[in-house]
Amino acid sequence: MPPSASAPAGPSVSTTRALARLIRWARPAVPRVVAGGTATLAASLLALAVPQVLREVVNGPLLTDGSRTAVVQSALLVLLLGVLEAFLVWCRRALIATPGTGVERHMRTDLFRHLLDLPVAFHDRWSGGQLLQRSMGDLHTVRRWMVFGLVQLVVSATTVLVGAGLLIATTPLLGLVYLAGAVPVVWLGFSFRQDYKVVARRARDQAGDLATSVEESVHGIRVLKAFGRGEDALEDFVRQADGLRETEIDKARAQSRMSFALAWIPETTLAVALGLGVWLAASDRVSVGALVAFFATAAVMNRPVESLGQLLAMTLDARAGTDRFFEVMDTAPAVRDPERPVALPPAPAGGSRVELDGVRFAHGGEEVLSGVDLVLEPGRTTALVGLTGSGKTTLLQLVPRLYDVTGGAVRLDGVDVRDLTRRDLRSAVSVAFEDPILFSASVRDNVLMGVPEEQLARMDEAEADALVHEALDVARAGFVHRLPQGLDTVIGEEGLSLSGGQRQRVALARAIAGRPRVLVLDDPLSALDVATEAEVTEGLRRMLTGTTTLVVAHRTSTVALADRVAVLEDGRVTGVGRHADLLATHPHYRFVLTAEADDRAEAAR
Amino acid sequence: MSTTDRRPPAPPQPPATPPPGHDEDGDLALHPAAVRRRSLALLGSLLRPVAGRVWATALVVVGAQLALVAGPALVALGIDRGLPALRDGDAGPLLAVAATYAVAALVAGVLTAATVRLAARVSQGVLLDLRRRVFRHTQRLSLEFHERYTSGRVISRQTSDVEALRELLDGGVTTLAASGLAMVFTAVSLVVLDWRSGLVLLVAVVPGVLVTRWFQVRSQAQYRRSRTAVARVIVRFVETMTGIRAVQAFRRERQVAEVYDDLTEEYRAANAEAIRVNGVFDTGLVLIGNVTVAAVLLVGGLRVLDGGLAVGVLVAAVLYARRFFAPLAQIGMFYNSFQSATAALEKLSALLAEEPTVPDPERPVRLARTTGDVRFDGVEFGYGAGPSVLPRLDLHVPAGQTVALVGETGAGKSTVAKLLARFYDPREGAVRLDGVDLRDLDPADLRRSVVMVTQEAYLFSGSVGANIALGRPDATPAEIEAAARAVGVHDLIAALPEGYGTGVDTRGVRLSAGQRQLVSFARAFLADPAVLVLDEATSSLDIPGEQLVQDGLRTLLTGRTAVVIAHRLSTVMHADRVLVVDGGRVVEDGSPAELVAAGGRFAALHAQWQESLLRT
Repeated sequence: MPPSASAPAGPSVSTTRALARLIRWARPAVPRVVAGGTATLAASLLALAVPQVLREVVNGPLLTDGSRTAVVQSALLVLLLGVLEAFLVWCRRALIATPGTGVERHMRTDLFRHLLDLPVAFHDRWSGGQLLQRSMGDLHTVRRWMVFGLVQLVVSATTVLVGAGLLIATTPLLGLVYLAGAVPVVWLGFSFRQDYKVVARRARDQAGDLATSVEESVHGIRVLKAFGRGEDALEDFVRQADGLRETEIDKARAQSRMSFALAWIPETTLAVALGLGVWLAASDRVSVGALVAFFATAAVMNRPVESLGQLLAMTLDARAGTDRFFEVMDTAPAVRDPERPVALPPAPAGGSRVELDGVRFAHGGEEVLSGVDLVLEPGRTTALVGLTGSGKTTLLQLVPRLYDVTGGAVRLDGVDVRDLTRRDLRSAVSVAFEDPILFSASVRDNVLMGVPEEQLARMDEAEADALVHEALDVARAGFVHRLPQGLDTVIGEEGLSLSGGQRQRVALARAIAGRPRVLVLDDPLSALDVATEAEVTEGLRRMLTGTTTLVVAHRTSTVALADRVAVLEDGRVTGVGRHADLLATHPHYRFVLTAEADDRAEAAR
Repeated sequence: MSTTDRRPPAPPQPPATPPPGHDEDGDLALHPAAVRRRSLALLGSLLRPVAGRVWATALVVVGAQLALVAGPALVALGIDRGLPALRDGDAGPLLAVAATYAVAALVAGVLTAATVRLAARVSQGVLLDLRRRVFRHTQRLSLEFHERYTSGRVISRQTSDVEALRELLDGGVTTLAASGLAMVFTAVSLVVLDWRSGLVLLVAVVPGVLVTRWFQVRSQAQYRRSRTAVARVIVRFVETMTGIRAVQAFRRERQVAEVYDDLTEEYRAANAEAIRVNGVFDTGLVLIGNVTVAAVLLVGGLRVLDGGLAVGVLVAAVLYARRFFAPLAQIGMFYNSFQSATAALEKLSALLAEEPTVPDPERPVRLARTTGDVRFDGVEFGYGAGPSVLPRLDLHVPAGQTVALVGETGAGKSTVAKLLARFYDPREGAVRLDGVDLRDLDPADLRRSVVMVTQEAYLFSGSVGANIALGRPDATPAEIEAAARAVGVHDLIAALPEGYGTGVDTRGVRLSAGQRQLVSFARAFLADPAVLVLDEATSSLDIPGEQLVQDGLRTLLTGRTAVVIAHRLSTVMHADRVLVVDGGRVVEDGSPAELVAAGGRFAALHAQWQESLLRT
């Protein structure tokens, strides 16, 4: 599992500091949040004022004047205050809630851009569900806290503090009794924070893992169906979901302890204050009026005090979400653009030259490539042959810098690929993956993705169309014309499902459409039948003149594409040469192609 | 993923062939009222099993509220009775009152804590039930559904939509019980005190109902929009992260991010609009309440002047009226999350209402021992409402025979395989195993008897061993290892850092495509089915790998039926029988040698293959 399951990044960092980092996104909303908070405070003060006004009105005009106008006027005053309160309620909404959605979106798009920037190696480690949960659920929680929890926390805390001040000011002794209750509450609050923080984080992680399970159960649906393992998958899922349920109940348990304390302790101090107060009043050390005022104020504080537990929990939930957000945001892309990028020199006349110089690559502490030296001659096609798992695919992905070498260098026309911007490099190097990934877009758009934008901008529609047609033709993807809407048929996840062979051919067309300087093909014809493979090979040979090509090959029919073959063995290139020569001189090469040699012997018979 | 900027505006990706009567979330074209009814029915069915707990929670909430309300009354009692008594030298009443207060405080604390726990139990129980139902149902739905609905949308249902329901459940019961009760009590008290003022309150119900109705309609529209928007965001997110390699290799970052910006903006706008509508509703409720208080004051004040009402009663009436409206904001909040949850439940219930097009049999036929005799009887098939892919196929594969299907892409080879594995059902005719129509066969027996290995070897996160064990979950480690040895992947697994316990990275990328195929072969080996269907299952293997598998297959296929689809003749030549398929029909049928000798299409393919081998 990705680092998700590991301990939270900064357990030592205080919650305040962790949440303060959100200011980067919240800044534009700060003035409005402050204004909205003020409105909220004003609204609650106003709500408190209305009863006072009522009392004044009743005691004044109603009892003394007895005039109709006075009654109407006072009703109007109450109406005015009421309308004002409603207006303030509306202000709070308009000022905070709406900009909050903007902050959430901004964080979401920034996270997405960061994920796009992070290299493939990062995505290898992190499951999609975890990332998704961070981008959706966690940010949702953060937003709700920001627009509701934070403001409410400030309002409640202010009310409690002001109230406590009033209590002490009016009746110091009783006030101190009430305040004494704060000591255990604060102490409990501290331990609550410790307990809750852990479970809140666990709940978020489990939710992410649950999302991952859902994702896998859908992506792997064919396997689950083919083996009839739906019920097992369900059991696993339910076990996980039940784990999440348990954690959520643990959260509730922690929160209930806090709720208990916040409901019980202040009320108990009031019970003590009642006994003490009445006793003091009996000996006239406190006036009855002061006693009434004390309890009236304490009653007003009741609800804010009670809400503190929930608000604290909300804050800690938001903290867990924030931590998870920053765990991704703080990951610096391991593959990044150089500070002072070198401009890629124009392609030499004969084609580009790619040089792998002492290339090493380690994955998870395990060295896959240990010093590969290989030159891809300009305009030539080199086949890469080696056993399954020998690192061919890895080597191939080093050229467009989908991964970075851990030692040595890859050079394109003499420039280290790490000195180029990824954009420039990847415009020059085109890839066809073995596992073809197409996107939810029309066939035409999928193919045109292979064409650098600048190049596409210079073309009119007819030229672009010609390019698409040619690429599809070379890839022998004529079937696309028979699709329901021809080239405009939407394929990919949200469109029509294509077979493996069909997808491979569209992906191949995409790779060659841009006439790249360098083309890397990962066993691009594996899903094609012999006849089609021969046709595609023919077309590619024609089209690839001038394009430096590296192709991973598993059999001689693919090797036939190449001018030269390189053998990858134990992390090194142990032989380079023509197919026939290698077959004669290189035992490992012969071994890799043994089966076919046998078949050929059969065929020759 | 993205349409390139200067491309003619390709239609913004609707599903290519939307099945008639479905909207993009696969919802049946139902009347909105019917959709809402269905969503409420789902909520009802989720709450029914926890009804007892819900009532218990409500009772506890009421108790906690009463204990808290008792406070002021006890203070009054303490001052009114305790103080004079104490002045008379009797501390008894005061102590009694203070002690009662302390007990009430404890009760309030205990009940408040219990509320939090009980509410969480109800809420989490319902969510678990819902998650389980949705998961089970999506697993039961056929491939046809999955290809249409997309994985992102399923994930969206299981995450974001479930979360929306959670927001309702977490606060719902508590709010309703506490606020509703408070309102009822206050209203009754007011009517008892002065029914005329109560009448004024009644008048306030009219605008209240109107603004609620307005809110219901508007918020429902916004929340529906928001649910659809969030699903789109998630679909795009999942697709992008799944295909991150291609996004980066083809420098699509900017375009992809721009599309994502638009989608998140739509989601934000829907949310903001829902919040705005809710704000208007909230404000409306506060306004109605405050206007009513003023009206009660005006009407009552005038009556006081006429001598129709005592001032004390007026004060009480006005205060009651005010208190009546105080919990309304919370009820408004509850109603808001209710609206949001209903919209989510609409989507969820639509998913749950999807009928599997490959349903389980009502009266399943058991098949204790399968011999593996396969028959296609007049099978006609096409995808969805599309054209026929197999016009009419009659085919008999006797038990134990290995049949290779050969033909061009789109000839219908994979369709035959999918029908045999019952990923789809034929439109006409029947596929039979040992004489039993697959539609009547017990699903457990079907999956035990027929196993299909496809080209995409999907690995689940977990260990390599667990991935192989998928073939037979009760297999021992020794059996797993034996299966791995049989397909020649044991040495490779043993060389991994933790052997069979080595975790497979996300989407199994640390293993190469060929290695993944070997693992999925080991899976099939372990499953040990009577009928094995291999759909291009060897395409990514290198030659030594393929040969190992071939050797293993020879052992495995002895006494078993196999249908093999492979474009590599090296695989095909080992079959007992070859069928050349074209346009969904079998055009050649015979042993490889016979067909080569007959000089038809297969002979031509064979010749081509020979030639490719000799060419260097």
